[in-house]
Amino acid sequence: MVSKNKNPENPEKDGVSRRSFLQGAGAAAAAAGVARIPETVIAGQNGVATPEVLGPEAESIQLKVNGADKKASAPPSTTLLDFLRNDVGVTGPKRVCDRGSCGACTVLLDGQVVDSCSMLAIDAVGKEITTVEGIGTPDNLSRLQKAFIEKDALQCGFCTPGMVVSCTALLEENPKPSRNQIREGLSGNLCRCGTYQNIIEAVEHVSRKGG
Amino acid sequence: MHEPRESNDKKAERKSPSNDDLNLVGTPFRRVDGRAKVTGQTRFADDLTFPRMVHMKLVRSTVPHARIVSIDTSAAEKMPGVLGFLTGESMPHPFGILPVSQDEHALCVDKVRFVGDPVVAIAAITEEQAYEASLVVKVEYESLETISNVEEAISTPEPRIHEYGDEGNLHKKLSMQFGDTDAGFEEADEIFEDVMYFEGNTHLPMEQHATVALTEETDRVTVYSSTQTPHYLHRSLTKVLEIPAARIRVIACPNGGGFGGKSDPFNHEICAAKMSLKLGRPVKISLSREEVFYCHRGRHPVLMKIKTGVKKDGTLTSQHLQTALDGGAYGSYGVASTYYTGALQTVTYNLPKYRFDSIRAFTNKAPCGPKRGHGTPQPRFAYEVHLDKIAHKLGIDPAEIRMQQLVDPESVTSNWLKVGSMGLGKCIEAVVEGSGWKERHGNLPDGHGLGLACGSYLSGAGLPIYWNHMPQSGVQLQLDRSGGVALFCGETEIGQGSDSVIAAITAEVLGIDLKDIRLCVADTDLTPVDLGSYSSRVTLMAGNAALQAAERARDLVAKGAAEELKVPAKELVFAEGRVFHGENPDTSMSWQDAVIAAESRFGTLGTTGSYVPPRSPGRYRGAGVGPSPAYSYSAAVVETRVDRETGIYRVEHVWMAHDVGKCINPAMVMGQIEGSVYMGLGEAMMEEQVYRRLPKKRSNALVHKHPSLLEYKSPTFADMPPVTSYIIEDPDPNGPFGAKEVGQGPLLPMMPAVANSIFDAVGVRVDQVPIAPHMVRQAIEAKDKGKEGRFGPKSFPEIDFGTPLRVPTPEEGGDGKAVNIDEAGVRDGTGTMTERTDAVKGGE
Repeated sequence: MVSKNKNPENPEKDGVSRRSFLQGAGAAAAAAGVARIPETVIAGQNGVATPEVLGPEAESIQLKVNGADKKASAPPSTTLLDFLRNDVGVTGPKRVCDRGSCGACTVLLDGQVVDSCSMLAIDAVGKEITTVEGIGTPDNLSRLQKAFIEKDALQCGFCTPGMVVSCTALLEENPKPSRNQIREGLSGNLCRCGTYQNIIEAVEHVSRKGG
Repeated sequence: MHEPRESNDKKAERKSPSNDDLNLVGTPFRRVDGRAKVTGQTRFADDLTFPRMVHMKLVRSTVPHARIVSIDTSAAEKMPGVLGFLTGESMPHPFGILPVSQDEHALCVDKVRFVGDPVVAIAAITEEQAYEASLVVKVEYESLETISNVEEAISTPEPRIHEYGDEGNLHKKLSMQFGDTDAGFEEADEIFEDVMYFEGNTHLPMEQHATVALTEETDRVTVYSSTQTPHYLHRSLTKVLEIPAARIRVIACPNGGGFGGKSDPFNHEICAAKMSLKLGRPVKISLSREEVFYCHRGRHPVLMKIKTGVKKDGTLTSQHLQTALDGGAYGSYGVASTYYTGALQTVTYNLPKYRFDSIRAFTNKAPCGPKRGHGTPQPRFAYEVHLDKIAHKLGIDPAEIRMQQLVDPESVTSNWLKVGSMGLGKCIEAVVEGSGWKERHGNLPDGHGLGLACGSYLSGAGLPIYWNHMPQSGVQLQLDRSGGVALFCGETEIGQGSDSVIAAITAEVLGIDLKDIRLCVADTDLTPVDLGSYSSRVTLMAGNAALQAAERARDLVAKGAAEELKVPAKELVFAEGRVFHGENPDTSMSWQDAVIAAESRFGTLGTTGSYVPPRSPGRYRGAGVGPSPAYSYSAAVVETRVDRETGIYRVEHVWMAHDVGKCINPAMVMGQIEGSVYMGLGEAMMEEQVYRRLPKKRSNALVHKHPSLLEYKSPTFADMPPVTSYIIEDPDPNGPFGAKEVGQGPLLPMMPAVANSIFDAVGVRVDQVPIAPHMVRQAIEAKDKGKEGRFGPKSFPEIDFGTPLRVPTPEEGGDGKAVNIDEAGVRDGTGTMTERTDAVKGGE
């Protein structure tokens, strides 16, 4: 959970109150280092939102990552990717393009595929986050991970964490995808080693076996 | 078990080693790093963290060419979390990958040479704080005239971007003539001439460069980095930091893709080490994607003019190739790249006489260097498209014109390269057969075509980058009573599978499981030197070193086991984790017991292996670039559909055959072939590292057009056509088990094959890459109007290349030396890029 502002005496000075935030909705993007507070976080006792302020300084943020609670202090402007990698040491997701165009930072948020570089950590509060580490471990590989190894669907391994997450989600949503559906479904994930053909085969391998 | 390996210079044996004798090599075993990579456990440089670690950012030049007037860090110093700064004055010694171009500084000293050149390094507690502070550093510049391309570099000798180089803003200028090329042209029935252009492009590895440096003790520094060449980084660090090499440790983390982009020692690596020494804390720098585009060292933009004399039957009589490279702001590997734009023209088809002239210009853009294929894809593109035109004009099938004049195996080319095994003919046959070439080429409906092209690449460069007599690769094995084998080697895993290759070679010889081998690689404190993962050198060179170390270990263990088993050591066989008597397999013991017997007899067990390439026959200046222990060969057929109305085309199928000598692992060989097809397709169709500038009168600005992964187009899942790969095995006597390279070669035929397929589809030529739809469309429009159906560069600039260095060919009775050293104004010698004296001096 996100804690209150460190300077309750003068919230307007250091940050932005929810009210002023809403008033200046159009200019919200300009408020560097300050982030919108999720309803679930700030809902008061009666379910009525109270004007609380976040940032710009570090806040305590707690997320549920791969089934475990992970807590750290970070500015509310921290992306989910940076929070995972830098603040709680979950380094599977990779920072590559840092603007949602390559898929290397892909994680699941309540089962949905998201680019963790392009959302804030505080927006993930209260949700189940799954990274590649949560899909399988070296001693307990998922079927897809096994298929990646068997089909040689990786080389340098830097896109692999995002690929594994995206492929897992794809099969979850569509256990029997056609080749075109696989291509389409994964085209947001780039691989510079050019392992696309083998990744498709790995997905099809799991699909055939009833992933 | 295989027989003892033949020495390097023994006459080749064409017979393939029987796969029956091998247990692991030649099988599609699982790569040793797969499990860690699919679970996110592999620790790349940016994944590392250390107690008290701080973060560093670089303030980079915002102008393309300027003198630094002043640097003001006062505002930045007051920013929260800021711990320290570095400027160029603290690191005055220049560095660079080649001894002849030590032209970079860790931070610019008095001049900046491109947008992105680093000026100040800032350390702060967090990455965000370092970034925020970097924004308020004020650097005042005095702008200088900007040079944006080769033509401007030729016409603008002053101001010089660098104070060295062959003349003005030309970094390198060379001219070489192998045999009487004029006589060769006179023998020809027809002479063909083309001007072609290959745009620059970049590696775009998924992993952005990252480095962590830490001072473990007061006088030692350890640098973890995403580098392909820890040994060269080690040398640069000792030079710039002025610390003995023995007190610097470089560890190359697994690279998240390299493709040549992490082969230079980089300014950010040196700054991290310096900052760590200054602060006494671990320092991390992780480049942004934009900064990766500024590091670059990618494919040189090259303008080419190719002129070839041909007899009516298609026989080549003479060739004159001229290339002009846009080098960007620094030397990098550029001198080698320059030679490489000509060196390998001779190893595919017999070229009895050959002249090659080249220049490399300095320009105010991110420095170019080695990308997959290093300097050879550009002239290969020109040659293979040129040959397609020649075949068409003479009415000869493009596959046939190549087949009828293949270079002989075990021969020496006109420019004195020694070719060993040569499987190009088999490659061409495979793709011709697979694609239905004979029936379909020239016969498909309008808008639908097939194109064929070939290529060749090195299995490691014959000479090291700095002049020395030491091995290019070393391996150490440590065996003990546990039964495990520790393998130490300086090679670097960049995704190409080198860890798996050296482990498999060792496991094969010792007859043990891959799991019983523990790898320790790319650590300058612990591992014997290997020059790095570049030039496709690791399988052949580190592989041979591993083979030698493993054979020595096997011999030691055999002696121990022989005593226990009471049979002669030479009759023992090693397989499946056991040591057998060859004639009586019931007489056997476990590998572990055999090691215990050997350790009991000899004490602590360890062996070494090393590899030095065979000497090349060329003895002229420049002969150091091109030689290799073995050349790989590839051939491709590409099938394309083109829409006449829009010029939009789609590659529908690729057939690629590659002569790898011998597969260590066929699954991984396939992966490298497909990866090369993928990257080649990107270069053919869309990838380009290009710049924007305003009219010169108005502004000196020269900025990268799209330094982001979103706008730099690269092929996705949706763009990849089906690929049919053929592995051709023609074992080379110099390769471990006959193996040659595969990581780079199969990229080469892609670009010309795409261009040739477009011609077959719609009858027009695009003589440059990447081939954009508007180029195809314009060529079609021109043809429809009765003009030449072509899009491409029109002319090659007038350049005085000087008197060529004349080297008689083997056929002419030459001895590999130049005959006019005085006239050509150059010295003779066999150094890689320079004479020995210069090299030793420059490298110190």
